[in-house]
Amino acid sequence: MIRISGLAFRAGDFRVEVASLAVESSEYFVLLGPNGSGKTLLLSCLCGLARAERGTVIVGGRDVTGLEPRLRQIGYVPQDYGLFPHLDVARNLTFALRARGVRHKEALSRLGPLIDMLGLRGLLAHWPLTLSGGERQKVAVARALAIEPALLLLDEPVSALDGPTRAEVLEQLHRVQRQLALTTIHVCHSLDEAAAVADRAGVMIGGRLVQAGRLEDLIARPEGPEVARLLRVGRGNVE
Amino acid sequence: MPAVAGPRIHRVSVITIAALAVFVAAVLALVAADLWFTDADSMAEVLAKQEVRHAVRLSLATSGATLVLVVAFSIPVGYALSRYRFPGSVVLDAIVDLPIVMPPVIVGISLLVFFRTPVGRWIESIEWLRFVYTVKGIVLCQFFMTASLGIRAAKAAFDAADRRLEHLALTLGCTHWQAFRMVALPMARSGLAAGAVMAWARAVGVFGPLLIFVGAVPMRTTVMSTVIYLEVSVGRIEPALAVAMLLLAMAMVTLVLLHWLGSGRRQWWAP
Repeated sequence: MIRISGLAFRAGDFRVEVASLAVESSEYFVLLGPNGSGKTLLLSCLCGLARAERGTVIVGGRDVTGLEPRLRQIGYVPQDYGLFPHLDVARNLTFALRARGVRHKEALSRLGPLIDMLGLRGLLAHWPLTLSGGERQKVAVARALAIEPALLLLDEPVSALDGPTRAEVLEQLHRVQRQLALTTIHVCHSLDEAAAVADRAGVMIGGRLVQAGRLEDLIARPEGPEVARLLRVGRGNVE
Repeated sequence: MPAVAGPRIHRVSVITIAALAVFVAAVLALVAADLWFTDADSMAEVLAKQEVRHAVRLSLATSGATLVLVVAFSIPVGYALSRYRFPGSVVLDAIVDLPIVMPPVIVGISLLVFFRTPVGRWIESIEWLRFVYTVKGIVLCQFFMTASLGIRAAKAAFDAADRRLEHLALTLGCTHWQAFRMVALPMARSGLAAGAVMAWARAVGVFGPLLIFVGAVPMRTTVMSTVIYLEVSVGRIEPALAVAMLLLAMAMVTLVLLHWLGSGRRQWWAP
């Protein structure tokens, strides 16, 4: 599980604050909010790419607040997937294990079950530039899962995909998350997307986490007019 | 992208292509004049001379050493300029470019003057580290004349390599060094290689600072560029041209390599 308390940090003039948030083990938590509300910055701070000014982040009982990103064991999939263009799919997938000194072939063999689970076997020799959006997304998720993360962070994982692919990828993400019992935080704009995968959800506005709970409860009892206005859009994008 | 509708020949295309044709013709005219003035026999005769062969060997050896030094400096310096912002970084950036805009002769004079300062004298007092009028001095001159080009190319190459991918590598378990080695360096390698080739090509042709800082002592400190000068200074145009043709051939090979690295190889990761 993940517990965030009193977390605050700054990016330029923008300040992000999360007073308290707990995401249970194996829970799929969706973070909703308009553009520029600090969702991506929060993910950056959780995975160690932005330094917290105060507060604590505890992942799986371990305080990771001051740890370097490599020691946090948090998988991160950025919005544009961030595949390494100079490496083929196989080497993208084995990247994390190779960084730990495992040889490519052995790493590939270790990742066999993951590769099969996400249906990537046929793409191993491909280059990122030749993949479709859905394929890139799957490779990025598999690469993040290769570190056997205690927490998976997904930053708008399906925003760049078309409708049918989006539904398919969401379904697969949800299935993989259930199969691996992986604690997941998923950032998005769309209530539909949240409804498809979320066990619980939270709303960020102006850099602050203002409400968290079951999605139905958020819609039924929004805390404050800003949350109400955000969730009023119902089955559309939260803008 | 689809072709733009309309006539393919218009005023812009005519003017730009005409300018291109004039420039290419001018360059080719110079090369043709050089070729016309010399012949294979005199080239062979000149290249058989011991002094010339020594100069060619020395040019290749010193420019090779310079290349190693430029690469060793330009990668970390280019990376620092590309990735870090700190007070005075703009000024440092400009200082790095200074040798590019400095007249070459001034580089030679400045080096000579530097080695008359207490620090310079101390360096010269170290037996194995003498630069003035030595082969090591040739490498030093070439380094000062070419390092800025290598650094500038390295900075551009690292600028083009998405920094966020290095950050992502950190979340995948890399140290900062591994992120640099496994992500930044391979992504920038085409640009780095092109910069190195460019720096080497310039190093081979360095002349002005050499004449001042290391002199032109036959069989000791003469390289190809100084051989050309010495031959011309005594009115022997043909031998000078023969060496010049050799330099030109090396420059052509370098340019072909440079264009290959800079264009087709730019997307070397693509299938």
